[in-house]
Amino acid sequence: MISPRFSKIASWVYLAALYGFIFLPVAVLVLFSFQDGRLPVPPFNGVTLKWYGEVFADSRLMSALGNSLMVAIGSSLVACVLGFCAAYGLARYILPASRLQRGLLVAPMTVSYLIIALGLLSTFNWLGVSLSLWTVGIGHVVINLPLCFAIIYASMGDHQKNIERAARDLGAAEWQVMTQISAPMLMPSILAAFFLSVTFSWDEFIIAFLLSRFDVTLPVEIWSMLRSGLNPKTNAVGSVVFLVSVALLLILELIVFRRTAKK
Amino acid sequence: MASVTLETRENRRAWGFVTPALLWTVAFFVIPFLVMAAISLATRKGRDIVMTFNLDNYITFFEKAHLLKGLFVSLEITFTVTIISVILAYPLAWIIAERVPQKWQRMALIMAILPFWTSYVVRSYSWLLVLAKNGVINNALLHIGLIAEPLELASTRTATVIGFVHFFVMLLTLTIYANLVQMPPNYRRAAADLGANGFQVFWHVILPLTLPGIMVGAFLTFVLCIGDYITPQILGGNNELALPQVIMLQLGRRADFPMAATLSIILMVVVTLAYIACARWLKMERT
Amino acid sequence: MTAPVSIRNATKTFGDFTALDDVSLEIAVGEFIVLLGPSGCGKTTLLSLLGGFLSPTRGVIEIAGRDMGDVPPSKRPTTTMFQDYALFPHMTLRDNVAFGLKMRKVGKTERHAKAEELLDMVGLKASATKKPHELSGGQRQRVALARALAVEPDVLLLDEPLGALDLKLRRQMQDELKAIQKRVGTTFVHVTHDQEEAMAIADRIVVMNEGKIEDVGRPEDIYMRPRTLFSASFMGEVNFFPGTIDALTDDAIHIHTALGAVKLPASVMADQNATAAQKITLAIRPEHFRASTGTGPRITLGKAKVEDGAFFGTHHRAHLSPADYPDMIITAHMPQSAIIEPGAWIDLTLDPASVVILPGHPAAKVQEDAA
Repeated sequence: MISPRFSKIASWVYLAALYGFIFLPVAVLVLFSFQDGRLPVPPFNGVTLKWYGEVFADSRLMSALGNSLMVAIGSSLVACVLGFCAAYGLARYILPASRLQRGLLVAPMTVSYLIIALGLLSTFNWLGVSLSLWTVGIGHVVINLPLCFAIIYASMGDHQKNIERAARDLGAAEWQVMTQISAPMLMPSILAAFFLSVTFSWDEFIIAFLLSRFDVTLPVEIWSMLRSGLNPKTNAVGSVVFLVSVALLLILELIVFRRTAKK
Repeated sequence: MASVTLETRENRRAWGFVTPALLWTVAFFVIPFLVMAAISLATRKGRDIVMTFNLDNYITFFEKAHLLKGLFVSLEITFTVTIISVILAYPLAWIIAERVPQKWQRMALIMAILPFWTSYVVRSYSWLLVLAKNGVINNALLHIGLIAEPLELASTRTATVIGFVHFFVMLLTLTIYANLVQMPPNYRRAAADLGANGFQVFWHVILPLTLPGIMVGAFLTFVLCIGDYITPQILGGNNELALPQVIMLQLGRRADFPMAATLSIILMVVVTLAYIACARWLKMERT
Repeated sequence: MTAPVSIRNATKTFGDFTALDDVSLEIAVGEFIVLLGPSGCGKTTLLSLLGGFLSPTRGVIEIAGRDMGDVPPSKRPTTTMFQDYALFPHMTLRDNVAFGLKMRKVGKTERHAKAEELLDMVGLKASATKKPHELSGGQRQRVALARALAVEPDVLLLDEPLGALDLKLRRQMQDELKAIQKRVGTTFVHVTHDQEEAMAIADRIVVMNEGKIEDVGRPEDIYMRPRTLFSASFMGEVNFFPGTIDALTDDAIHIHTALGAVKLPASVMADQNATAAQKITLAIRPEHFRASTGTGPRITLGKAKVEDGAFFGTHHRAHLSPADYPDMIITAHMPQSAIIEPGAWIDLTLDPASVVILPGHPAAKVQEDAA
């Protein structure tokens, strides 16, 4: 038998090692974003904010950032609305082939983004649709709709069904039930779906890469920066993206999960 | 009859809710997929696509070693990554769930997945900083005198695997942790009460109960890993190409759209097979 | 507001399953009706038909003389109080109670005033700005009642509203419910499987089983003079003595059971069209084996030996085996002062008026249901 004390020490050592592994690249990324020199590798020459200055002065990067936010928020809104309506219909009514419908709605989740991107690219080429941020947005709704649908559908329990019945019983029309009862009641999961979808879309590369042309999103712009090799400016933009994502995560944690936990 | 009118009216309204999402999925997922499937049966003539409706591309795939190799490279990488990630993530999830005090668990979990939220492209790039010839690891090893010459760490399969494992350890820790904490502690107590030792409790009770979480995570790992272009492209370089790299190569330099479509369909078939293998653990349920 | 309800030949089938089988019932204005029965008896289905959540496969439902055939729940003069209360979790109590009025486009000031008046009635005025998750079970139940009554329905439908409460709170809420019903005068249709609850609150009880109405009447009638074996066994403990009619005269009925022959007044017969040689069952409540000490008319079923006994506070509960038929076990409730010792012999003496003669013999199943 292993002694409890040894296993306890081993646990903490393992924990530290794994955290080290998980944080190593991020730490290196952020550290060398302050590198006073041309290369983001050791030795560390001292601290400068010049690379951040370059990032914020780079109009291409800044417009890519704006594009990313636009596409992420827009496509997540569409995905959430479509997903909520579908979840409402499927959880609250008896429809023929509802299993098949659910299967169809979540199917894109099991398919690689590359395949979704290629399919859309083939179709847009065939139809002569020119590529733009709109086509990227369409692609992002395709990948986020299953996610939004699944999250919201999973949160629609039978208890809430009775609450909706009660609202109908008290005279609420269907749209009133949806907007005044179901949506507010399910707001934690709708927000969770929305923010998750924003972070997915915001970070998505392959669809954005294949379905855009002149205006590109941030990951695609960063990708083109990589061609120039290792560069502290890439570190700086990567650190900014990390900070924005963590801020989003914090919002999600504070607003959504706190509220859920309270109930 | 009254029953017919009331209940069919409800049904019609339900279709109104579901139809937009269904239409979107059909228009931008099912139809594109069918278009791509059709194109995989076409032939490239110069820069044009000629609809020949034959299986030439599929036959070519099995005949041309460099194409077929892409699939094997991808499969090898994916299995290696999935297995290593599960092995590394399970103890981490376990320690967070069991050893870390209750009130710090949420924090510990958030910390464990925080780098998840760096940009995907940037994350691979960060590993390049660590693994490059003049990167952090080589520098450290040279500094302490363990090696005399810098190691070739970047642009290898090892680099690709490290990059992937980093990402999926976080993902799997999350799914396995979720499974561990929702397991009622009484199962374990009951097993221990009936005379099982620590290992037996783990093997007969905890592992089977957490298997669904492992399978969900492993399946996600498989799907995301085998279809990923970024990580092998940035970290693996061009020495050996994974299937997504081969696909992108067809699209770019060779401009062979039909072959890219063919390879995508093959990728899709592989993922579907994986799904069938894991299907019984992946049931979607309403809480 | 209040209204009568008329249910005529209502049938509801789900595929092959008949949940409600040709049920007819007239409910008077302002009546407190309790639908009582085991789960699956059709009581909740009947309530859903009244509320409009289901529509009948056949039959007619009228409220205030108006056919409800094609009227959705939101347009019916009914409101439902749900078993799990179904309070809106994201709204304050005031907004919960005012919701129905808001849907009816009642102005904010007016509906808030009305909501507070109702919250006051259920004793929760001080909590108007709280949210449902801050309340206890009993308090939530009161809010649900206030919310359902706020729109002044003609008929209030209560779907096992007390089911989730503990026993003590349930008894207390029964009294409140009854008092509030008397005050507002609304017709209440209340579903439960608890016969004590039914007796405590109902003006009339409707006993249901397997989609049909078994018995309808005031609580004391259903308990003392049930009309079917099911009704007798569901309303509380009862002893069944299967037997046969030997002869009928104008004022008496001669019966024999395993315990011998007895003569009873004709008035205890539930089925007035009975004939000689018909199979019947004597139904006797455990507390009726006490007549040996009293005066007035009495009959005897012979002697019985005490098998065991336990003190229940209000009475001794004893198991007896009759001398003439030792295989049978009779449950009897004896007075507090009685001395119950295993092995002792007791006279099975009864007031003949307390006996009920029911048609038919109990099937094994009926006795299991009663157990």
